Amino acid sequence: MHARYTWRTLTREITLILVALGFLIPLVGLLNISLKPQSSQSSALAFAFPPTLDNYAAAWSQASLGAALANSFFITTLSVALIIACSALAAYPLARVTRAWSRYTFVFLIGGLLIPGQLALLPLYATMRDAGLLGSLWAVIVINVGQQMPFSVFLYTMFLRELPLDYEEAALLDGCGPLRSFALVVFPLLRPVTGTVVILNAVGIWNEFFTPLLYLGGSGNTTAPVAIYGFVSQYVSQWPLIFAGLVISVLPILVVYLALQKHIIKGFAGGLKG
Amino acid sequence: MALPHATTTPPGVREPTAQEPPGAARKTRHTGGVRAPWWFVVPALAVYLFIVVVPSVNGALFSFTDWNGLRPDWSFVGLDNYAAVFTDRTALDALANTLLLAAMVTVVQNVVGLLLALGVNTLVKSRYALRVIFFAPVVLTPLVAGYVWSFLLSPNGAVNDALRAVGLGALAHDWLGDPDTALYAIAAEIVWQFAGYSMVIYLAGLQAIPREVLEAARIDGAGPWHTFRSVVLPLLNGAVVINVMLCLIGGLKQFDQVMAMTGGGPGTATETISTAIYKNAFTLGDFPLSIALAVVMTVVIATLAAIQYRLTLRKSH
Repeated sequence: MHARYTWRTLTREITLILVALGFLIPLVGLLNISLKPQSSQSSALAFAFPPTLDNYAAAWSQASLGAALANSFFITTLSVALIIACSALAAYPLARVTRAWSRYTFVFLIGGLLIPGQLALLPLYATMRDAGLLGSLWAVIVINVGQQMPFSVFLYTMFLRELPLDYEEAALLDGCGPLRSFALVVFPLLRPVTGTVVILNAVGIWNEFFTPLLYLGGSGNTTAPVAIYGFVSQYVSQWPLIFAGLVISVLPILVVYLALQKHIIKGFAGGLKG
Repeated sequence: MALPHATTTPPGVREPTAQEPPGAARKTRHTGGVRAPWWFVVPALAVYLFIVVVPSVNGALFSFTDWNGLRPDWSFVGLDNYAAVFTDRTALDALANTLLLAAMVTVVQNVVGLLLALGVNTLVKSRYALRVIFFAPVVLTPLVAGYVWSFLLSPNGAVNDALRAVGLGALAHDWLGDPDTALYAIAAEIVWQFAGYSMVIYLAGLQAIPREVLEAARIDGAGPWHTFRSVVLPLLNGAVVINVMLCLIGGLKQFDQVMAMTGGGPGTATETISTAIYKNAFTLGDFPLSIALAVVMTVVIATLAAIQYRLTLRKSH
């Protein structure tokens, strides 16, 4: 549309940079406050000299963030791995088999996209409680896997329907069972969509607050957001301390984002075109 | 396992053989070296049934009973729970707040997201860095973003400082403590956090528009505004549908930011359906009311999704 860099482009560029700086204010404020002495009441954008890391040490030990981050990591990794395994496997017959059972199963699974989790919430909570799974990381993992199944199966099935059959047909796997040939031939072909499924689910599950609050809240075995929730209500308005805790809890995801930003943005955009 | 046509046909070409009439090739369950047995769907289906389907059906059934989550015995009470929802002040406020919040977020986030997408889809040199910045809040934990904003919006926070600095001190006040502004403040926070998500989807839509179409519009003498209205916007229809759907569903389920910023207060000014369900069930122990509220929420989401589907269907014809 615009072949050259003109004065209009420059005006546009300056406007956008100003908007971007505005967008960054909350993040800069978050970091800045966390580096101030605990007694400080100065504004979010007044920079503190010298910055102190005391809040970080205090928040780390008082909110037991180390254990919470480890739990978040465990839950995210295992949930995503199980989601990938179940949804990729299920999508294969759903995309390749044209019989009625396959079409109906697909519609039945995708229908889950329209059901808000709140409907299942209380019966599921009662079931988990009766099974003695309150406070167990496994409860959260199984719930994540079940809730993410419709969307992940949808993404895999749509991708597979576009994928030409040639490779699968040419593959002559004598003596390989269907599971092994799926893992060796089909799964590697799904790499682009697997990336999208990993990114969308990992970000969502790492940041998830409601499910771990219900199932892990008060158990001493929490995830990062739940630990932060308890920490904030305990140290009301001690902002420098709280903000150091907030920074620690979001640091892993921000680091991953900055390292893989191109893939992450593409994952979010690509996942929703289907 | 070897297939005759797989070895004789060059890759990329599927020729029906003499033994295999054209229609049959498609009907065949598996035509190649890799089979797709039905039991591949079993793990996914089992966990989906256990976590989503069975408890959802139970939730809908229990909404007509006095089941309180503890006792195994319960009896049918007809529509009593629904009557309770529509006479309960908090539940009604929660319904109204949720709809208003979802509507505000949907409109503003889409406008902001589209403007950002149009901005970074130009030749500006910083476009890649700008995308990374605008998208960054999307990956931030919503609860944490809520806490940061509750600090910025506090009486002595950065927002009020900025207003005073530019001589608008009269506007400065306790944004989250005032029932008249708290819901709008939460809406603003959500837009800040997720505008980058809308931007990315619009950007994908913009980049899919063929250059020739825009060239043709320019040659026909259309100005930038006219080109946008008559050429670009209709071609973005798919991105609009996805964005509106995402905003509506996200807005209607709103929980994290509200818990972080106001906890539903002051009074019931920012109570949403999700926070009301949570409080009713887990602090007040009122399971029947919560379940009925969840059913109402499901109906609201399904209705809005159906309306949106009809509207966009009409638009594209």
